[in-house]
Amino acid sequence: MDDTEARQGAYWRSTLRVTGVLLCVWAAASFLPGWFAEELNRFVFFGWPFGFYMAGQGALIIFLLIVLIYDRWMIRLERRYGLDDEA
Amino acid sequence: MKRSTPVLFRRLGRYYLLYATGFVGLVLFLAVAERFGLAPRWIGQIFLFSTIAIYALIGVMSRTSDVSEYYVAGRRVPALFNGMATAADWMSAASFIGLAGTLYYAGFEGLAFVTGWTGGYVLVALLLAPFLRKFGEFTIPDFLGARYEGHFARMVGVFAGVLASFVYVVAQIYGVGLITSRFIGIEFEIGVFVGLAGILVCSFLGGMRAVTWTQVAQYLILIIAYLVPVVILSYEVTGVPVPQAMYGKVLHDLGVKEAELFTEPRENDVRALYRVRADELARKISELPGSLVGERQAQMQRVNELRTQGAPAREVAAAERALRDLPRTPDEARIKWERVRQDSLQRSVPPPPHAEAHPGPDPASRDNARLTFIALSFVLMVGTAGLPHILMRYYTTPSVRDARRSVFWTLFFIFLLYVTAPAYAVFAKWEVYSTLIGSNIASLPSWVVSWGKVGLVKIEDINADGILQLAELSLNSDAILLLTPEIAGLPYVVAGLVAAGGLAAALSTADGLLLTISHALSHDLYYRVINPEASTQRRLVITKSQLLVVAVVAAWVASLRPDSILFMVGLAFSIAASAFFPALVLGIFWKRANKWGAICGMIAGLGVTLFYIVRTHPFFGGGLDDAWFGIHPISCGVFGVPTGFLVIVLVSLLTPPPSAAVLALVDNVRLPDVGR
Repeated sequence: MDDTEARQGAYWRSTLRVTGVLLCVWAAASFLPGWFAEELNRFVFFGWPFGFYMAGQGALIIFLLIVLIYDRWMIRLERRYGLDDEA
Repeated sequence: MKRSTPVLFRRLGRYYLLYATGFVGLVLFLAVAERFGLAPRWIGQIFLFSTIAIYALIGVMSRTSDVSEYYVAGRRVPALFNGMATAADWMSAASFIGLAGTLYYAGFEGLAFVTGWTGGYVLVALLLAPFLRKFGEFTIPDFLGARYEGHFARMVGVFAGVLASFVYVVAQIYGVGLITSRFIGIEFEIGVFVGLAGILVCSFLGGMRAVTWTQVAQYLILIIAYLVPVVILSYEVTGVPVPQAMYGKVLHDLGVKEAELFTEPRENDVRALYRVRADELARKISELPGSLVGERQAQMQRVNELRTQGAPAREVAAAERALRDLPRTPDEARIKWERVRQDSLQRSVPPPPHAEAHPGPDPASRDNARLTFIALSFVLMVGTAGLPHILMRYYTTPSVRDARRSVFWTLFFIFLLYVTAPAYAVFAKWEVYSTLIGSNIASLPSWVVSWGKVGLVKIEDINADGILQLAELSLNSDAILLLTPEIAGLPYVVAGLVAAGGLAAALSTADGLLLTISHALSHDLYYRVINPEASTQRRLVITKSQLLVVAVVAAWVASLRPDSILFMVGLAFSIAASAFFPALVLGIFWKRANKWGAICGMIAGLGVTLFYIVRTHPFFGGGLDDAWFGIHPISCGVFGVPTGFLVIVLVSLLTPPPSAAVLALVDNVRLPDVGR
């Protein structure tokens, strides 16, 4: 029983770490391109001004990756702490 | 139940593949029929009625009177299909019809909507969806009631949820009325109620179960309808049918074209003429009421002159109409002339280049534009993670893991549309700038006339040179998307397809919202608070009758044509963001958050948001002069959300911690599906 509780506690701490890291990436992708748009727009990226590209497409791809990575990462955490269905 | 999922998944896949093929077949059939002379009017009607018939059929087939089926579709919707249904639920008339037009006019600034309406799903995935699924009840107020111990928190949740959803649903029904009235040619008010019938067939009989399966069908139609015109356009302009990858190059060419157009001498003349008109109107406004009397006399004299000179009947009639349309009172004149003055003033300066970030005449206004951009995307993201009709979708998946996966699919299916919207705007703008502007007004394509009749396209040859200048053209921003197929010279069947897509977007969102409202009223208010002994039968009867009442009231409000869809949608996001997001997130991630903290925080967040709107929005008699940091009322949640967090933390720390039962609930919610 103690072991289960310890495992659950460790699982939650790892979850918090994963969430924290991914939230930082999210905040950077969401707000930095908008804030530094003028500066970024000086670069050209396949025809796009880079700031425009980031706000219109780049950030969206990063969002998609964050959610995908979270899904994979959480499945791995569940396994590591023996909390998946098969356990 | 778990084992049946793959079988169900394969069967659903087969059905929807068959359905999508059938729909593409219908489109091709109509395209051929158009070649052989099928009238456009018929094409529009066939599209709208056949799609509504399909939704109704699915609705009838999935009718149910089982509570779990009705509220959460039996909790066995596979992640992929739940993602698709949520995407349809999410993408409203504002996204489908409005976004491309907003991006067309706002350029870079409009991208706040694109990042804002997608980034929120990261918050849903990381902070809410898996935990709500683990909690596993029926509604969002259910969670608030359980986590914050009692009916008070639940009722605040019901109030905020109903308020946000109702504001949002009115905007959807409005969109439905717009499309049906334009494409079937019936009165707007009747169109609203026809659309309402379409919405009710789905949600009334089968609740969440019927709505989920119709929404999957609606998603397929709306995404096909959104992509087809712009893919064809991209192929025509660049030779590659992938608009999302190619619009960078077109954007570059558009920049060159803009520089050319903005410095063209005739454009400058036209702008100068608009400046003169604006100044003239400013003078007339300042000299009211005398100027109105003078104006009336001048016009009467002109009518008489024309009559005595024996001018052509058309000219006389035009002069008479101008006289009749003159404002009757000085107050009316002030409002009307001020509107025209603003419009003229806007035309007197060239629009900012499409790709320019945070444009403005001086550094202060540029800084303000940047702040507005950030604030708007913040509110839209947090609002996404607070809208009850989205969050409750994640109750319908079979497991916590499916809920996480389902958010990914939702975002993926939404991504397809949002990543295309900026491309849509750029291609449409390119077509207008490169083919329409500078052409002879007498020989404009026929759609200019037909859309001009409904007032969505206006052309005024102010310098009378017979050639269309950019400043002389005005396109309604809601019409850009519906117009693009015709601007690009595509067959009418594409325009009909787009209309069907817009209808699917509006109907699917309205379905989800109505369901949320009626669940909140019947489940949370009636069953949980007023009459906990109610039988299953009675609960469903109550739900269905609530649904009917709410739908009719919403349609009635929509038929009054309230102003600005976009503002209403923004308002719904701010309400949801400030009322729900702090309480839900802290409820999961901070055990010390307690009943009083949550209640005070939700009320304070909501209060600040509503106060700011009343203070700054012209509708309530406020003005931007009273704004804080120049933030627009649409982003008012930017103040409500931090207030909510702060108040919850402070009040929770000042009052006793939550009970052991609540702590156990939080521990349970945080873990994946063990011991299920």
